[in-house]
Amino acid sequence: MLRVVSGLVFAFLMLPLLVLFPISFSSGTYLRFPPPGFSLKWYVRYFGDTAWIDATYRSLQIGAATTVLALLLGILLAFGLVRGRFRGRSLIENGISAPIIVPHIVLSIAIYGLFSRLGLIGEWYGVAIAHTVLALPFVVIVLLAGLRDFDVNLELAARGLGAGRLAAVRTVTLPILAPSVYSAAFLAFITSFDELVVAMFIAGANMTLPKKMFDNILSEIEPTVAAVSAIQIVLVSALLVLGTRLRRPATPTNALTR
Amino acid sequence: MTLSSAASAPPLRAAEARRSSAFPLGALALTWPALLLLLLLFVLPLARLFALSFEGGNLEWYEKALTGGLYTTILLRTFEIAAIVTLCCLLIGYPVAFLLATTTPAWRALGFAFVMLPLWTSVLVRTYAWMVLLGRNGIINRLLIDSGLLEQPLPMLNSKMAVILGMVHVMLPFMILPIYSALTRIDPDLPKAARGLGASTPRIVMTIYLPLTLRGIVAGVTLVFVVSLGFYITPALLGGGKVLMFAMVIEQQVREFLAWNFAGALSVILLAVTLLAFTVLNQGVARHLGD
Amino acid sequence: MSEPRAPQAVAQAGRLDIEGVSKTFGEVTALADVSLGVSAGEFVTILGPSGSGKTTLLKVIAGFETADVGRIRVDGADVTDLDPALRNIGMVFQNYALFPHMSVARNVAYPLAMRGMAKREIANRVAEALDMVELGSMAERLPKQLSGGQQQRVALARATVFQPRLLLLDEPFGALDRKLREQMQLEVRRLQRRLGLTTLFITHDQEEALVMSDRVAVMDKGCVQQVGPPHDIYEAPANPFIADFIGESNILAGTVDTPSDGVLRVRLESGRTIQVASRPDVPARIGQRVRVMVRPERFVDLAVGGAAAGINRIDGVVAESAYIGVSDKLRITTPEGLEILIRLPSGPSSRRYGSGEPISAGFHAADARLIEAE
Repeated sequence: MLRVVSGLVFAFLMLPLLVLFPISFSSGTYLRFPPPGFSLKWYVRYFGDTAWIDATYRSLQIGAATTVLALLLGILLAFGLVRGRFRGRSLIENGISAPIIVPHIVLSIAIYGLFSRLGLIGEWYGVAIAHTVLALPFVVIVLLAGLRDFDVNLELAARGLGAGRLAAVRTVTLPILAPSVYSAAFLAFITSFDELVVAMFIAGANMTLPKKMFDNILSEIEPTVAAVSAIQIVLVSALLVLGTRLRRPATPTNALTR
Repeated sequence: MTLSSAASAPPLRAAEARRSSAFPLGALALTWPALLLLLLLFVLPLARLFALSFEGGNLEWYEKALTGGLYTTILLRTFEIAAIVTLCCLLIGYPVAFLLATTTPAWRALGFAFVMLPLWTSVLVRTYAWMVLLGRNGIINRLLIDSGLLEQPLPMLNSKMAVILGMVHVMLPFMILPIYSALTRIDPDLPKAARGLGASTPRIVMTIYLPLTLRGIVAGVTLVFVVSLGFYITPALLGGGKVLMFAMVIEQQVREFLAWNFAGALSVILLAVTLLAFTVLNQGVARHLGD
Repeated sequence: MSEPRAPQAVAQAGRLDIEGVSKTFGEVTALADVSLGVSAGEFVTILGPSGSGKTTLLKVIAGFETADVGRIRVDGADVTDLDPALRNIGMVFQNYALFPHMSVARNVAYPLAMRGMAKREIANRVAEALDMVELGSMAERLPKQLSGGQQQRVALARATVFQPRLLLLDEPFGALDRKLREQMQLEVRRLQRRLGLTTLFITHDQEEALVMSDRVAVMDKGCVQQVGPPHDIYEAPANPFIADFIGESNILAGTVDTPSDGVLRVRLESGRTIQVASRPDVPARIGQRVRVMVRPERFVDLAVGGAAAGINRIDGVVAESAYIGVSDKLRITTPEGLEILIRLPSGPSSRRYGSGEPISAGFHAADARLIEAE
């Protein structure tokens, strides 16, 4: 019984995603099912159109920048919260989730207001910084969990064996934290790459991919968006598979020195 | 056996000869960069918006928002939709989380794939997929018509049901994960002990699982409800203008009417309602649980 | 079991001096004016119950905590404020702290890599160290592929490969089963003698302390209660806490009745008097309240051994008896309410007692130790 219900739910979750694939290969212009014929023209349309490729590139660029920035700030914050002994730690830890609770639309227009006075509308790095605010809570949550799981004695042992503070973190702590760091990086990138509401206002004329897709959906139900979506789903699936591979225990390295 | 090498190991770099860790104070400084970013790009913009809503030194924008019934109705409808979505997610999500927590590792991995893949797919893509499914020429209608069950396509899109369906699809993983997490934390011997003491399966669920996963349920419910309140994309696309959620109204005011002050007031109202909901759900229930 | 010491090893084993170290954590005093000297090459065990401060002391010596007051000197050099990375002290943690993402060989190589040693040199030293703990074949394995005992030996190899001046061991055998424990105790001691390393060993297991050490320092509530060779600690505990913590003991309270040369008569609270060997360092005037310790194994069964002059006699009833293979442990209650724990050797010539049986046991004045006068 449980299996039946769960099976139905899984079908519910997956069905919409699967549906996009046949549509993306449709030779018809309008959303029609079943598709009249097989065609790759929507994929061609996507790859051949500068506007689409520009938007894609911009989203990748912003995503990469967001990931780097969010990871950097997040790692520092996580270390500070876990290793520090100052007051206000729990306040900061609870407060870091605030961007998740605030509706994106509110934050979006708030930042839009600020950025238009600063002339940052349309700049890719402006979007990246705004996305960092959105990604930071996820990064911090994942890293906090990883750091708390980490046995501090390993770092102490490294220092007792002659490693300076930074060297100990670099050679022992970070390698062991690697899975958490990868998860956090993945989360940060996805948060930025898929983000629409903030980008809608702040990216201005230099659109991100989600914004372009959104406009496209509103103006005409044209299956190019289906092609783009299908590509995205494939990429995410690939990343998920890669992720599970990475989680398997690494083989020991043989080098005795770095 | 003697140890090789006459000389002992070379001395460590003298540059590191300083007093061992003043870690506690240094750690605080590590938090500053992130906090600075949040201050400048989170607190500051929101404060500005907040100030804007009171421009003119009066409450006229709030008056406009709260009187006349229009916006309050939309707010209530937003609440209603968020509540329905949360309830659906809970009813559907709990059994799924339960299955994931109690099944074999192989099936669990597969089940997780089914949950994770939609989670990592963008909201936009998923919402678009629902448009494809529910449209007049969408798959469901096509199947129903082609199989002869229907004459005319069913107008499923641009309705409250479509919005709810889409939002449940988006939010479901956020309900499943916290509940799954709570379920895995239960000592596996407890249900066995209960069974040995004569409890039937429904009773085990009621008296063992539900109470012990309450915290996870609260976490899931809080997350789903709070995020649903402020949702924009799915209602905008699946509601087609006929189902207005509060976030859409705010967007409209800015984009179409450039009414910054009014949008600010609306934002503050939405934020206040969201914070209230979060506090009630998170703290209130937690206190009730005796945290 | 002693092996010739390696020539260079003696030159670099250091002397450790802990001088007046105190440390508090907020309200809690972890260490209260602790002083201890460890000679080069000596094996000293710090023994104490949990909360006695022994782990904190170790951390202060290693540099992971800083003392509020006091100094730590290694070979005369003040290292109190020195970064732990520079102290050249080898440490084996309670849960070994082996780096899970590195192979056994890379773990052991770590301190050498941190010192910038040449690759070839490192390879040699690592091979040597692993051979010394008989794990040469495990070099490329990951820690989690090794058993507890093997992981421990890797931790030992890693802590000694860089020829530290001092070796610290924090309750390293806690997770091992009894047989393995005893094996490791011997191995560690053997290794230590071979390398001639000054070693500080922490444990709460008093039997372990007595077996392994040159000297034992007993700690309680942040203070060093007594320091001395195992024999002294066992036979001549300085206070009731030590008497009770090490081995088993009966502690009888009473007042001095009559002092005479070499022997005191002490009147116990129950009224009975016993003869106790006097101690020059413990004052014993008439009327002085004292505490006397008698180890359970010092009792003899008067029914078997026969009474001798100067023996203290205890008549009572066996409340409980337990046979533990090597001896019989009996709890005796006397008519005046004393409860005494005695151990009688089990063997063909000894008598077995059951619950409720009367028994007469005795102990010599020389076996009654005065441990404290108030």
